[in-house]
Amino acid sequence: MNNWLKFALPFALFAALGVFLFVGLQRDPSYVPSPLIGKPAPEFTLPSLQDAAYTVSTNDLRGRPWVLNLWGTWCGGCRQEHDTLIAIARSNVVPMIGLNWKDDNVAAQEWLRALGNPYSAVAEDAEGRAAIDWGVYGAPETFLIGPDGTVLFKHIAPMTMEVWTKEFLPRIRAAQAGAPASQG
Amino acid sequence: MTRLLTVLARTLLAAWLLAFAGHALAIDSQKAFEDPALQARYEHINRELRCLVCQNQTIADSNATLAQDLRREVKEMIAAGKSDDEIREFMIARYGDFVLYRPRLTATNFLLWAAPVLLLLIGSFIGIRYIRRQAAEVDTDSPEAGQS
Repeated sequence: MNNWLKFALPFALFAALGVFLFVGLQRDPSYVPSPLIGKPAPEFTLPSLQDAAYTVSTNDLRGRPWVLNLWGTWCGGCRQEHDTLIAIARSNVVPMIGLNWKDDNVAAQEWLRALGNPYSAVAEDAEGRAAIDWGVYGAPETFLIGPDGTVLFKHIAPMTMEVWTKEFLPRIRAAQAGAPASQG
Repeated sequence: MTRLLTVLARTLLAAWLLAFAGHALAIDSQKAFEDPALQARYEHINRELRCLVCQNQTIADSNATLAQDLRREVKEMIAAGKSDDEIREFMIARYGDFVLYRPRLTATNFLLWAAPVLLLLIGSFIGIRYIRRQAAEVDTDSPEAGQS
């Protein structure tokens, strides 16, 4: 019995180590989990990209789920996901708010004119302060916020239809079902 | 022997000077604070915060826009009289523990912190048991075996 253990124990330990290392290989080391999930969404009130006389505020969005998409014309991944965002906006499930991060105002407006505007409103974060409050470290990032103002989900990297249907839609449905009274 | 000591002393001095030069080479073109004590705090905090874009650099080393913005936040918080801990809490609330270059002891990483002590204890336990058993075997062996 002791001899059998002498063989099996190192082998089992090595196998366990191998499993850990193999799982570690599948992970993306540049992915930083957000501490914001399940916490109240950071508030901002910023000038609207198209007209600085108007503001876009997180306070206006209470009572329904909404999506915050962080983008900039300098960001390649944002161009990549743009058509997907347009398709999502057409499905008209939730309002999508754009947060234009450290961008050139004219270039950003031109981008929306040329490629189409998927956003209900775009807030201009010229100094990047709102982005820091949201723990943003690379565009594009997309957040889902619940009707009670908590952050439900965060997707880092360009949005795809697969991520939208698998991760966002079920959570939106659940949020809408969970808080029908607070609509409006 | 004395020559060896001289060489060693020179090497240490060179290493020390190099390390010092590294600190003097801050990435900001201008000082953030006139007050040297505040400037020292500013640089110290920056050296402990990770730049999230260029993950193996601190925000003191990086010129990525996010690192610049985070340095601005640190500067403003120091100017506003916030403590080092408050500034760290601000960063952790937004970017998680990963933003710290020196990780804190938390429930999640407790095992990692305890691992060296645990492994040492397990190793000593196995070692002591092995030695005791060997000693016991020698005691019961024939006199010839004891001599070898």
